[in-house]
Amino acid sequence: MMQFMLLFSRQGKLRLQKWYQAYPDKTKKKITRELIATILARKPKMCSFLEWKDLKVVYKRYASLYFCCAIEQDDNELLTLEVIHRYVELLDKYFGSVCELDIIFNFEKAYFMCDELLLGGEIQETSKKNVLKAIAAQDLLQEDETPQGLFEDHGLG
Amino acid sequence: MPAVRGDGMRGLAVFISDIRNCKSKEAEIKRINKELANIRSKFKGDKTLDGYQKKKYVCKLLFIFLLGHDIDFGHMEAVNLLSSNKYSEKQIGYLFISVLVNTRSDLINLINQSIKNDLQSRNPIHVNLALQCIANIGSKEMAEVFGHDIPKLLVSGDTMDVVKQSAALCLLRLFRTSQEIIPGGEWTSRIIHLLNDQHMGVVTAATSLIDALVKKNPDEYKGCISLAVSRLSRIVTASYTDLQDYTYYFVPAPWLSVKLLRLLQNYPPPDDPGVRGRLIECLETILNKAQEPPKSKKVQHSNAKNAVLFEAISLIIHMDTEPNLLVRACNQLGQFLSNRETNLRYLALESMCLLATSEFSHDAVKKHQEVVILSMKMEKDVSVRQQAVDLLYAMCDKTNAEEIVQEMLNYLETADYSIREEMVLKVAILAEKYATDYTWYVDVILNLIRIAGDYVSEEVWYRVIQIVINRDDVQGYAAKTVFEALQAPACHENMVKVGGYILGEFGNLIAGDQRSSPSVQFQLLHSKYHLCSPMTRALLLSTYIKFVNLFPEIKTQIQEVFKQHSNLRSADAELQQRASEYLQLSIIASHDMLATVLEEMPVFPERESSILAVLKKKKPGRVPENEIREHKSPVPGSTANHQEERSAAKTVSANASTDLLGLSTPPAAPTAGNTGVLVDMLGELYTSGSPQPHANNVAAQNAYNPAKFVCKNNGVLFENDLIQIGVKSEFRQNLGRITLFYGNKTSTALQNFSAAVTNPTGCIGKLNVQSKKVDPTVEAGAQVQQMVNGECVFDYPDAPSLTVTFTCNGTPQKLSLRLPLTVNKFFEPTEMTGEVFFARWKNLSGNEQRSQKIFKATQPMDNTAIRTKLIGFGMQLLDGIDPNPENFVCAGIVHTSKQQIGCLLRLEPNKQAQVSDLLQCRCFFILLRVNVCETLSGTGH
Repeated sequence: MMQFMLLFSRQGKLRLQKWYQAYPDKTKKKITRELIATILARKPKMCSFLEWKDLKVVYKRYASLYFCCAIEQDDNELLTLEVIHRYVELLDKYFGSVCELDIIFNFEKAYFMCDELLLGGEIQETSKKNVLKAIAAQDLLQEDETPQGLFEDHGLG
Repeated sequence: MPAVRGDGMRGLAVFISDIRNCKSKEAEIKRINKELANIRSKFKGDKTLDGYQKKKYVCKLLFIFLLGHDIDFGHMEAVNLLSSNKYSEKQIGYLFISVLVNTRSDLINLINQSIKNDLQSRNPIHVNLALQCIANIGSKEMAEVFGHDIPKLLVSGDTMDVVKQSAALCLLRLFRTSQEIIPGGEWTSRIIHLLNDQHMGVVTAATSLIDALVKKNPDEYKGCISLAVSRLSRIVTASYTDLQDYTYYFVPAPWLSVKLLRLLQNYPPPDDPGVRGRLIECLETILNKAQEPPKSKKVQHSNAKNAVLFEAISLIIHMDTEPNLLVRACNQLGQFLSNRETNLRYLALESMCLLATSEFSHDAVKKHQEVVILSMKMEKDVSVRQQAVDLLYAMCDKTNAEEIVQEMLNYLETADYSIREEMVLKVAILAEKYATDYTWYVDVILNLIRIAGDYVSEEVWYRVIQIVINRDDVQGYAAKTVFEALQAPACHENMVKVGGYILGEFGNLIAGDQRSSPSVQFQLLHSKYHLCSPMTRALLLSTYIKFVNLFPEIKTQIQEVFKQHSNLRSADAELQQRASEYLQLSIIASHDMLATVLEEMPVFPERESSILAVLKKKKPGRVPENEIREHKSPVPGSTANHQEERSAAKTVSANASTDLLGLSTPPAAPTAGNTGVLVDMLGELYTSGSPQPHANNVAAQNAYNPAKFVCKNNGVLFENDLIQIGVKSEFRQNLGRITLFYGNKTSTALQNFSAAVTNPTGCIGKLNVQSKKVDPTVEAGAQVQQMVNGECVFDYPDAPSLTVTFTCNGTPQKLSLRLPLTVNKFFEPTEMTGEVFFARWKNLSGNEQRSQKIFKATQPMDNTAIRTKLIGFGMQLLDGIDPNPENFVCAGIVHTSKQQIGCLLRLEPNKQAQVSDLLQCRCFFILLRVNVCETLSGTGH
């Protein structure tokens, strides 16, 4: 089971965090700090896996973003790399060649996408088509709503 | 600012842009605080906010939280959003709740109500939103509220596939929180049959759930074995076009394959020959595919394909019945060792560690020794080098031990600091385990100290000393070798310790040679003395006094050292004490007495190397192995009791496999205070009284008898098959220190270990006790210490209780004992003349100052035994002052922090009747009197 997933930038800024195991907030912050520092210190050609406490950490860099997952001893490292890749593919397809800014400004979408792919730390749907279909269905529901916000933000509401 | 998809919130985008434009951390914090104040006022304001505004503010709060700031409000507004009829608002509400889980009781009911409504929605998107929220939070309350509905959703024929997928994983999450929610009976087979579902996504999600259920109750779910095998078989024989979107970079359903292979690792190889044959076919196919040319150059293709391969190899290793597959797996991994991909090399080394422990593939792994040694030396990534070291450790046996140990020693000189300590432990273990010639072992350890002295822990050098002491064939060699090693101009302090100890014991064996004459040995050691820490100096002082015994001709030289100002008046109390006591000993004691006191150390009891325990502790995730498992029988027993078999197999792998090699020593009962006291062993000679708890007298002290410890400070407090609890205590004035030693006698670790000291209510404020926490895990054969400090504030009635709890092999154990901390421990014996004694005795003749008790002696009268007890009780036994020589009279002062309480005692054995003794105790404090009478009579005398 995946314990948590972190997305952070090359500058060490956390962009997304998803915890599948309950930790106190303080611990979460500590873990995040330590892992970001450890991973940023590693050289590009190094192996994507590291042992960390009693967990295995799998990470991969895509452009300016690092994707990092912590899994248990029983879990498969190589396939975790592909979970990350699938997630990146999904974001890419949805945003149309995704960049870090897309994830910053649309973090909620990134979360929704993540919930379709992984649930409770296990893979839920591996088919790219099915995940995108689910997200499209959600967007369709939203479009039925009146775009009330548009007016309000311009002071017309 | 990039375009925002769908129904974007402009206010949010503007806020995010603002934050990004902040030039400094301070500016960012300022902007955030401004926004927080704004949101707070909006939420508190009179104007009711509409759904959109709430959503926008809640989203801003989320963003602020993601930046790493704490958010302590907004939960109520988020909960309101849950019941919105607009999907986007509901969704943000759920997101906020999931990310900022807050189980405030007033909110949880509202949240659960909203979830309940959404679960009943006809729109699957709403149902899924609710399921995802449950899975994200997964609290106990949710398990209670929804534990009933979700299983129904999962197996119902009407449920849509997407909902089933979420329901399966949601249920898994709740099951992890509270195991009782899964219904049994007919549900079992309905859940198992999800493996046959048409929809691959449903099967994938269900397999995760079933894997968890199987771990809890393997027998109930064993029907999943054949279904899993046939599903796997269909996938591995499918062409990549068959599974459409579930094919990932030309690999058919890699996630599902891996999950099925993992599921099967919960069981022994299938009983049914048909199922078993099909499974073996699958595994062969997977191995065959690994040899085929890749269908794509993309790394995703090779990762997915190899993920399945590695999982298949794990299953092959788990089954451990197919020599052919094991050897093929090994060859495949061997190819990966020289693959371009670092990730593959890393994983191949890791997997091979397991293969090395199977008797079928151990030799196949050994063929790759050269490559693995190269990996250790040449890999650029330290984590890969670490894996190579682990593998060398695992593949080591008596045929290659010398070579592997030598290579590891060579590498140690340049090894990364982060892995040195562990390497030292591994080298030390291998050298001990596979030594046929112990001179080799001594060389290896001394080399370790020379190369990586800083990383040689105490356990390592204690161990070499134990072994040298136990093997007289190596003692002369050891003495000669350390003597030579010490001649290096700069040598590590650990070398001085080992050298000091060994020369002190066996220096005489090389004294015949002029080059290592007594005086040369002494001067060599002493030349290092001033560079060493006090602990090492203390050890060297002990060596010197041993030299006085071994080599009387250098006695005066050594006495000079003891007399030196820096020793005799050292600021370090231990050094000062040793110097002065040794000096006196060397002056006063006759030669015979010296020879007795400083006799050669007795042989240490054989037991499992304590280094192994240290290594296990260093690697909590996985226990490093250097044991070849006994292969499991090709036809496993009935699965009905395979759980026991599995646990039995665990103990077998620890013990029986050692027989295979016939080299390891079986773990013997741990002895209290054995390794830790090497240095203090001589010091021990000066603390009179009961001996240390020691292995030799352990057997005799099986039962638990708290009364015994009233008159005794050290010994084995309790012992059964699982654990031995030793105690050692010291008292000074009103302070006491008790060290408890918990020794694990089993071959598995004791988990959740805790030892709590509780003060009885009657003692609160009168006795202060403080105990240190102990590690929650006591490794097999290991021993942990716990310090308990006691302060006697005032006369107290009862000793504190000690509750020891732990889990052994899954069974919880609880021991309730009494801490040997009765009030008499704080007695200081007081000498007084008969005149003074009886004057005071008469003064205390009033009823308020007197307690007496007549009790029956449980043992036949024996004056020496009574004397020993009374002395142990802590008072001064005053001989020859009582007019009746049969009587015993004692005097003592109990030190409390409030005051000192004098106490007199008289014991009148009734020899004629041989039935009862009269015990009278006089002092001002009633509690103490009664206490003294009760405790002492409780001991039988």
